Amino acid sequence: MANEVTLLDFWPSPFGMRVRIALAEKGIKYEYKDEDLRNKSPLLLKMNPVHKKIPVLIHNGKPICESLIAVQYIDEVWSDRSPLLPSDPYQRSQARFWADFVDKKIYDAGRKVWTTKGEEQEAGKKEFLDALKLLEEQLGDKPYFGGDNIGYVDVSLVPFYSWFKAYETFGNINIEKECPKFIAWAKRCLQKESVSKSLPDQDKVYGFIVEMRKKIGLE
Amino acid sequence: MENNNEVVLLDLWASMFGMRVRIALAEKGIKYEYIEQDIWNKSDLLLQMNPVQKKVPVLIHKGKPICESLIAVQYIDEVWNDRSPLLPSDPYAKSQARFWADYVDKKIYDLAKKVWARKGEEQEAGKKEFIEALQLLEAELGDKPFFGGDKFGFVDISLVTFYSWFYAVETIGNFSIESECPKFISWAKRCLQKESVSSTLPNSERVYEFLLDAKKRLGIE
Repeated sequence: MANEVTLLDFWPSPFGMRVRIALAEKGIKYEYKDEDLRNKSPLLLKMNPVHKKIPVLIHNGKPICESLIAVQYIDEVWSDRSPLLPSDPYQRSQARFWADFVDKKIYDAGRKVWTTKGEEQEAGKKEFLDALKLLEEQLGDKPYFGGDNIGYVDVSLVPFYSWFKAYETFGNINIEKECPKFIAWAKRCLQKESVSKSLPDQDKVYGFIVEMRKKIGLE
Repeated sequence: MENNNEVVLLDLWASMFGMRVRIALAEKGIKYEYIEQDIWNKSDLLLQMNPVQKKVPVLIHKGKPICESLIAVQYIDEVWNDRSPLLPSDPYAKSQARFWADYVDKKIYDLAKKVWARKGEEQEAGKKEFIEALQLLEAELGDKPFFGGDKFGFVDISLVTFYSWFYAVETIGNFSIESECPKFISWAKRCLQKESVSSTLPNSERVYEFLLDAKKRLGIE
């Protein structure tokens, strides 16, 4: 049976990056298709009619939507190598909890940092940094959230690092000063090829955010 | 041998999220200690077991907490994997079950809240969107008896608990869900024929009273 894998994605999307990292960790060859989100392809609308969002993983013609669901699917299908989730059910539940925490907090708080001003932005900055500090505590002395190797939580979180120049510039914050352990962890992840090849350059993401801010009417 | 205190559930009787965990425990025939929480005056135990979100439900197994209802349900399915499977074994089918449970989580509570917490145009918009979400779920159910197919499963568990809030939402919103979504209602009633569901879902009028009280406390007219 052919093993055809396609990823519908958008290069700056931290959610798409998660799936890219998982595919790279497992050494899976796939076709990457970059979507124009202002002009969504018929394929995207057909494969994700409910949310109409990227990323969409397509395996042998069947779509899997929502990045964390796709990452779990990849881990379960290609279960013979580089496990992303722990095998112990309790540890697995904790990995899911923290990835869910990342999903609930990081994107939205980060978004406030680059799209708002004044009090709202200050609140966003605090939420964002508090979330990073909580994650630092959770990491503790481990090299990765997954322990000795990157795992599910690392994959769910490290993509946001590619947005840090944008957050720092528009939020006027120094993330390394506030969260040095977090930055050290992110750089450690970037030493892995699966991560460094999946994350775009921070400058490139920054340029993209500058354009987005113009489009939504912010200076 | 399982003692009663090996499995503990911190919960609120009216929480549709807590109900999910109760149904899963009942499906697996697991004995547990239920500890009712006062969400307006949170206990030290709750704050200790869920310091991050400070919410119910919290499943505690051998002293270790599992927070977030769908994560707890998956944990229950994986630990007590010798009976009544809740998720499919096929990875693709599992991914689709997770997708639809995630859809329920992203949409149903917030849309229902638009109906019970807002008025006027916002409420009307909320009613429309809520019905549309239920209709999308009806389409996904299709002709199957349950979302899981022949068997009651993960998506059914994630969703049926909201049925206990329908009377409250209909009364406050002044509309009929059954007239717009008859298939949804017949699916919910089919689920209620299962003891794990009927013994878990609280009385609808009691939920309505709870919601009226919650609105007062939250300062929502």
